[in-house]
Amino acid sequence: MATVEQPPVVTKPEQPVKTNGRWIAYARLLQMRMLELQREPEVIFWVFVFPLLLALGLGIAFREKPADVTPVAVVQGPKAQQLFDLIQRSPQHAAIQVEVLSAPAALDGFRLGKYALVVTMDDFGVHYRYDPARPESVLARTQVDDALQAAAGRRNPISTETKSSSEPGARYIDFLIPGLLGMNLMNSGMWGIGFALVEMRQRKLLKRFVATPMRRSDFLLALVSSRLVLMLIEVALLLLFGVLVFHVRVEGSLAAILLIGALGAISFGGVGLLTASRAQKIESVSGLINLVMMPMWIFSGVFFSYERFPKMALPAIRALPLTALNDALRSIILQGASLHSQLGRIAVLAIWGGVSFVLALRWFRWS
Amino acid sequence: MFNFFSVSLWLNQNSAVDLQYHLGMAVAIQCRGLRKTYEGKVEAVRGIDLTINMGECFGLLGPNGAGKTTTIEILEGLLEPTSGQVEVLGRSWQSSAGDLREWLGISLQETRLSEKLTVRETLQLFSSFYHHPGSVDAVLEELSLQEKADAWVGKLSGGQKQRLAVATALVANPKILFLDEPTTGLDPQSRRQLWDIVRQFQQRNGTVLLTTHYMDEAERLCDRIAIIDHGQIIAEGTPPELIERLTGHHVVEFALSDGNATNGHNWSKLPGVQSVRTEDGLFSLQVQEPHETIPALLAELQKQRAQLVHLTTRQASLEDVFVQLTGRHLRED
Repeated sequence: MATVEQPPVVTKPEQPVKTNGRWIAYARLLQMRMLELQREPEVIFWVFVFPLLLALGLGIAFREKPADVTPVAVVQGPKAQQLFDLIQRSPQHAAIQVEVLSAPAALDGFRLGKYALVVTMDDFGVHYRYDPARPESVLARTQVDDALQAAAGRRNPISTETKSSSEPGARYIDFLIPGLLGMNLMNSGMWGIGFALVEMRQRKLLKRFVATPMRRSDFLLALVSSRLVLMLIEVALLLLFGVLVFHVRVEGSLAAILLIGALGAISFGGVGLLTASRAQKIESVSGLINLVMMPMWIFSGVFFSYERFPKMALPAIRALPLTALNDALRSIILQGASLHSQLGRIAVLAIWGGVSFVLALRWFRWS
Repeated sequence: MFNFFSVSLWLNQNSAVDLQYHLGMAVAIQCRGLRKTYEGKVEAVRGIDLTINMGECFGLLGPNGAGKTTTIEILEGLLEPTSGQVEVLGRSWQSSAGDLREWLGISLQETRLSEKLTVRETLQLFSSFYHHPGSVDAVLEELSLQEKADAWVGKLSGGQKQRLAVATALVANPKILFLDEPTTGLDPQSRRQLWDIVRQFQQRNGTVLLTTHYMDEAERLCDRIAIIDHGQIIAEGTPPELIERLTGHHVVEFALSDGNATNGHNWSKLPGVQSVRTEDGLFSLQVQEPHETIPALLAELQKQRAQLVHLTTRQASLEDVFVQLTGRHLRED
């Protein structure tokens, strides 16, 4: 078949008519959303700075201190020197700080919390005075007793060996960083989508958009996309901060972390959309958002493990989206778990997000 | 061959439009028996029929709460009427919402655009929604917003914000422009600026539908108006037509010093008087020819020994039409 040479096309429209492509509206919506966020100093603070401050504060408050030295008072008496020597000779001597003083002074110090334990030795043996309500006092009694027995020649029937565990990966800050990451994704998803939508509805901006040929799906897609862009920055900042400041070790793959982060961001975007689907006033949506987030702040293991709640409640807690997100992030970041092993949690997130999106679109009010 | 075909098609389409236009048949908006009942109780619109022609500037005039916004929002396809038919550019909202959205430029009452975007960004955003938008720069120039193009929307004055709202409608390059209370709350200068914008759009063969509760606005800007009260059209026509039909051309207003018991006098018997209104001691006579009425009025007052404290004559306005029709003023604040 011969190719026909095409005649040169001479189309010179009198007025150059601009024609917009299919994705121009989406691109513009996303661009303007990002510009708006960037011009909102509060957003920068709450989304990016606040989580870092929280991590810094909690990380410092719960940092690993050198092993505590137990302050112990020894009451003056004929055998006080013998007692003092025994403790100094014991293998635990480094962890026990002994002061010898008069009985009233020792008791005063004990009452004020200066000493964890008061020890007296007379002809009948050693007497301990401790407070069972004070953990450090209980600990001191056991510690000093062990020290004395060992120094006096007790031999342990079973030989034991101890390894201390304060390496990266098992510290509180390691537990905290993924939790903060999850909480931040929830906060910014709920506020960034829920609050923003109701504000636009209250301003009648949604109604104004609907009065144009704008595709509603483009609008929602742009909103969710803006969350994904923010998610990237949130995750990168917080992880980098953890690595640089607290030497958190990231075991899992970055791709897996970002994938879970994206799923979390989308899932909470859906929940945010649902929360905002009907509300007309920002006051009412603020209340709703807090109502939705409060249980997850408490139960989903952001700051401490949810395993401490009654066993009966655990299945319900694990079904919460933030629990699934936190658990998945912890497994991947701290233990290097594969995405495959997180399928259950991924499913929980997907179901929350999917169901919310479907319901939200059904109920959504544009005006 | 290809070129010839497309040219002939183009000619056909255009001549069809021209023909319709010249026969005065081109209808932009038409609605029949429009009703809207909110939550089964409040009847905001109670049976409205309208025909708005291409190239016309049509005004819905009425007091606050008369049903103007509900009516225009039904025509804009933003509200579903409880009953009645709407046709815009020969299409219905049910079957061709997508096309209609491309052809209409809409400015709603009280839209607060994003404050942290600039004027230019806002227009770029709105222009991106349309297949064939107008040029952002041209619209900026037309609405004298070039100087503010890079200012945040939050920093604009009321008049500038309102012009931007109209700009977001014009950047659609629309066939019909809908403006809901475009000048409410604006200073006189900003109002005149907006009127100029509407006239410019009309000169490019655009059709305009606007609502207002300012009678001077309706009178100066609109080719035809419909006066709406309690969800119904109570009068329709060109402003001069309405004034002529419902009142005289002129109004003679006078007041008498206290104690003159002339309230009972039948002023309508004076020559040329069409109707009489009394309000707070002020008598308004709607008259056809003031030079016939005033001498007779003065003679009558002399006869009654009544003392005049106030006498003016002015051209009748739409306000008089509205008062004549409803017994109330348009703006009762």
